[in-house]
Amino acid sequence: MAGLEIISDQGYRIDGRRSSELRKVCARMGVFTQADGSAYIEQGNTKALATVYGPHEVRKGRGKIQHDRAVVNCQFSMATFSTGERKSRPKGDRRSQEMSMHLRQTFEAVIVTELFPRSQIDIYVQILQADGGNYCACVNAATLAVIDAGIPMKDYVCACTAGFIQDSPLLDISYVEESAGAPFLTVAMMPKSEQIVLLEMNSRLHADNMEKVLDLATQGCKDVFAVLDRHVRDHVSESHALMTAS
Amino acid sequence: MLKSKTFVKKTRKGGVLKVVREHYLRDDIWCGSAACGGCPQDRPVLEAEPEIDSTLCGFPHYLIPDTNVVLHQMDVLADSAIRNVIILQTVQQEVRHRSGTTYQRLRDQSNNADKHFYVFTNEHHRETYTEREQGESSNDYNDRVIRVATRWYNKHLQENRKDGDTPKVKVVLLTNDRENREKAQKEGLLAYTVHQYVKALKGNPELVDRLAQVDMGESTDSDIKNEATGRVLFPEHLPLSQLQTGIKSGRYLQGSFMASRENYLEANVLVHGDDSRSIFIQGHAHLNRAVNEDVVAIEMLPEDQWKCPSSMVLQDKDGDEETSEPDLGSPKGRSNAIPSGRVVGVIKRNWRPYCGVLQPSGIKEATRHLFMPAERKIPKIRIETRQAESLQGQRIVVSIDGWPRNSRYPKGHFVRKLGEVGDKDTENEVLLLEHDVPHQPFSQAVLNCLPSTPWGITKEDLACREDLRDIPICSVDPPGCTDIDDALHYVEKPNGNIEVGVHIADVTHFIRPNTALDQEAANRGNTVYLCDKRIDMVPELLSSNICSLRGKEERFAFSCIWEMTKDADIVSTRFCKSVICSKAALTYAEAQMMIDDKNRNDPVTVGLRGLNALAKILKKRRIDAGALTLASIEVRFHVDSETHDPIDLETKELRETNSMVEEFMLLANISVAKKILSDFPSCAMLRRHPQPPPSNYDILIKAGKSKGVDIETDTSKALAVSLDQATIPGHPYFNTLLRIISTRCMMQALYFCSGTLPESDYFHYGLATPIYTHFTSPIRRYSDIIVHRLLAVCINADKSYPDLLDKYKSQALCNNLNFRHKMAQYAGRASVELHTQLFFKNKVTEEEGFVLFVRKNAVQVLIPKFGFEGTIFLKSQDGRGEDSPFVFNEEESSQTAGEVKLRMFDRVVVQITVETSHIQHQKLRIRLVKPQVPGFTVPPVDTSNSAEPPVKKVKT
Repeated sequence: MAGLEIISDQGYRIDGRRSSELRKVCARMGVFTQADGSAYIEQGNTKALATVYGPHEVRKGRGKIQHDRAVVNCQFSMATFSTGERKSRPKGDRRSQEMSMHLRQTFEAVIVTELFPRSQIDIYVQILQADGGNYCACVNAATLAVIDAGIPMKDYVCACTAGFIQDSPLLDISYVEESAGAPFLTVAMMPKSEQIVLLEMNSRLHADNMEKVLDLATQGCKDVFAVLDRHVRDHVSESHALMTAS
Repeated sequence: MLKSKTFVKKTRKGGVLKVVREHYLRDDIWCGSAACGGCPQDRPVLEAEPEIDSTLCGFPHYLIPDTNVVLHQMDVLADSAIRNVIILQTVQQEVRHRSGTTYQRLRDQSNNADKHFYVFTNEHHRETYTEREQGESSNDYNDRVIRVATRWYNKHLQENRKDGDTPKVKVVLLTNDRENREKAQKEGLLAYTVHQYVKALKGNPELVDRLAQVDMGESTDSDIKNEATGRVLFPEHLPLSQLQTGIKSGRYLQGSFMASRENYLEANVLVHGDDSRSIFIQGHAHLNRAVNEDVVAIEMLPEDQWKCPSSMVLQDKDGDEETSEPDLGSPKGRSNAIPSGRVVGVIKRNWRPYCGVLQPSGIKEATRHLFMPAERKIPKIRIETRQAESLQGQRIVVSIDGWPRNSRYPKGHFVRKLGEVGDKDTENEVLLLEHDVPHQPFSQAVLNCLPSTPWGITKEDLACREDLRDIPICSVDPPGCTDIDDALHYVEKPNGNIEVGVHIADVTHFIRPNTALDQEAANRGNTVYLCDKRIDMVPELLSSNICSLRGKEERFAFSCIWEMTKDADIVSTRFCKSVICSKAALTYAEAQMMIDDKNRNDPVTVGLRGLNALAKILKKRRIDAGALTLASIEVRFHVDSETHDPIDLETKELRETNSMVEEFMLLANISVAKKILSDFPSCAMLRRHPQPPPSNYDILIKAGKSKGVDIETDTSKALAVSLDQATIPGHPYFNTLLRIISTRCMMQALYFCSGTLPESDYFHYGLATPIYTHFTSPIRRYSDIIVHRLLAVCINADKSYPDLLDKYKSQALCNNLNFRHKMAQYAGRASVELHTQLFFKNKVTEEEGFVLFVRKNAVQVLIPKFGFEGTIFLKSQDGRGEDSPFVFNEEESSQTAGEVKLRMFDRVVVQITVETSHIQHQKLRIRLVKPQVPGFTVPPVDTSNSAEPPVKKVKT
């Protein structure tokens, strides 16, 4: 019989998760000392690294200067070794450009840019290993990095995917599940206010199912938030302990 | 969130791609046993005190079968005696991988609460997860996984007993693999073969018969005997990996194996991905144990070994194992040789349970028997049973288990008994089973979806529908029709134009998406008409009452209304949901009488005349566009009202009114097809009829040539024209025969979802229209229900739902509908055949017939009066036939005996009897009466002396 059974009758997915369970999330903040802020995140086998520089004066083209707020510059790239087959071009292809743009839109919405007129904030994200949900890992890593850089934000921004495969909504879909060809949503939201910052749907999904999937994705973002928040608090208390010790 | 921390990497090499997957291990997977006090589970599946009476395992226990046991012994596992079984995920996945049908049956078992089958997700359980060792083969690994799970269960159930007084439940591993069993026993587990286990069960002797005869290490005595002869009859099948590389490199071809109905030593393989390519296979060794419908890999033979089909009708007659192969085609006819190949391996078996009878055995106490399937394309099957005596003269169901290289026939096992041979209910059951027609009574869940009776139209209904109750609508159908799904009207408008309406029963008002009723109907696909029985797609309350547009009753309809000019040009089309009240439910004959009766001038009659006139214009236009009129003879049985045996039969007559109704149905279908395609370009359900490949017409062209008539087949138009011109003076039936032959050249019309094919493929060849669908019979076809729903969404009369707009699901549904449609046709034909046999029982009839095809050892004769085709064997079956007076001439396809020459289209007189000497397989026997050939033909029967009194016609 062709094809993989994405979800079994017993309700287990290929990797053993239930339909509304996230993959294991591991995160570290402040991984680099030279950047203003940095973070590393693992969501299952998807691994992403984010660094933040700024706010600093606008470089490269003064025409971009905004007099009332800071400009956010994002760059997305995928390591050549991040996929099963070695990638020839780490960045600059259409898909990466689109991803960069999405990231910029997301972070322009949540960073309180009005506080830094005539300046620029750079966010660089790199996917070290891709296994589904690349955008989400990038957003989550970048959130941590921005927090690490001490740039004020309205709220955390957490992202999560939810798919609709074999008639059931599935949270945080992995690469195999993505490849099943079923529709899935990518949602980035501010978990406290439940405001959606970005919503992307990759193929057609019937309106009747949309709500179910979106609800699940919302729940997923909140779960991600819980994990990220814990990491931030741990990180802060650790740094605090170090500082007081020295 | 429950999520265990451990995860491992899994690599899989296919190509050179390395796949890394996460694998979470959980601690919240419960054991599923009611006897366990440790797992906090809601509803344990396995009983606390499983009871099964056995001499081998006299204690309460659960069973864990391994993969091969599930694959081969599903019939045993499905028996109600076997309960409390733990299916491991490992086993389930491997079964899924190896056989879709078995997997489905396994799922049915686990969904059946009475069976207490529990699926244990062992690979994600923290304690039963096992890592594969270096160099361990996947089989060994799976066996070890199964053993680990078994051990865990034993330990778990022992440690977590609910309370002291409940009996200790053990777990028994069932495996026919000796090595695995020995290892398990060494580890202290209880492990038996299925055969040991089943034979030790008390009170279920019939279960032993269901054991599949697959020998793994241990063989029964008889097999040893067979092996002793040591003869290998078939070449080995290549392993799957080798086949796959072979297919990739182009050395082998993959295709579906289609056994020949006429000759058991011949088959064709339809190559996948290239529909027009078919490879010919001939002879035991080349067929190499492939069974009809298997997916096989074949190797082409070098061109000098190509064969031509023997044009011989051959049936597997003898039961003995060592049959020498009769001499099939002569390699002399090299020019006729077609691409031939041989089967090198089977990629996927498509075995199913087969209906048939047991061949009587010479030895009374024998336990090994040969089973003869009803389907001629299936080889005989060797089964082992102790109840052979009680099975004589019964229709039984048998499954194939395997086909060893040293066995002439596949081995199988007995599944169940259907009833007596020749009994009408049994035979009906057989043909329904053989054609996979779902015919169980509707379940309670389905019946619950029906509207409550008495049913009436409410004000709310009227508010959202057009009220067409005053319009003179009438329906025209065959006599005795209770599921009336279409009605028509004709009204002249003040502006000189005409309003014509087709009103179709609004079935979707009652069948809502995704209800049990909807799912059942989608599965059944269509209503199946047998001669004496109708297998409904929807329950009778809907099909014959609430949905049926009966005369003088208010009904819901889905209407398609055109404004036309007098020349039948459509000015505008509109669709609406409506309420109608049919003024009259007429039969074709009644409607014809009303049209012809000059004195009648009521609105209905006037409407019928108008419709008739328009229909003639429409028909002419259609035929000018190249629509084909093909022929097939349909017969109707007059059935005795008490015994339900057929007494007489007549061929169906076609009246003008038939074609009148048909024209408007076609028009409605085309209009609807255009509408739904424009609104749903990617998910409209349409019907297409591909143009047949030119080679399909060879037989027709050859047939025409034999009588000096040229048939052009380039386009449907050319074909239609040349068929119209093909007449021979003095042979009035010639044209009909030609049309019958051209029907055989056609491809099947298919449902499809518009998003899956390029637009150029939407074409309907037979009707010569660029787009077509089915809208007009929602009571008896599910495709129409989908089309109704789509159209309702188009006109904002109803909401859409996810599955309706999903093109993949739609296409999957189409595939099922196509399959059911084909099977329904076959079942219908088989039913006619069955009734024809009953009709000819105990009588000798002489009738005029025409030679349709000439074969090497036989001629096929069509008897128009009864609408069936029979074979007259001219030579004995082994094809040597020195005793036969006939000589075959392949060039002009004729058979000559002395003065007499039989050629295509020749008129003959034949005698029809039912051959009862062979009670197992009754069939019609046809013998030649005229032209006379001394020593071959039978003398004509003196009709005045006929034992049968003249039959009275009884109308039903």
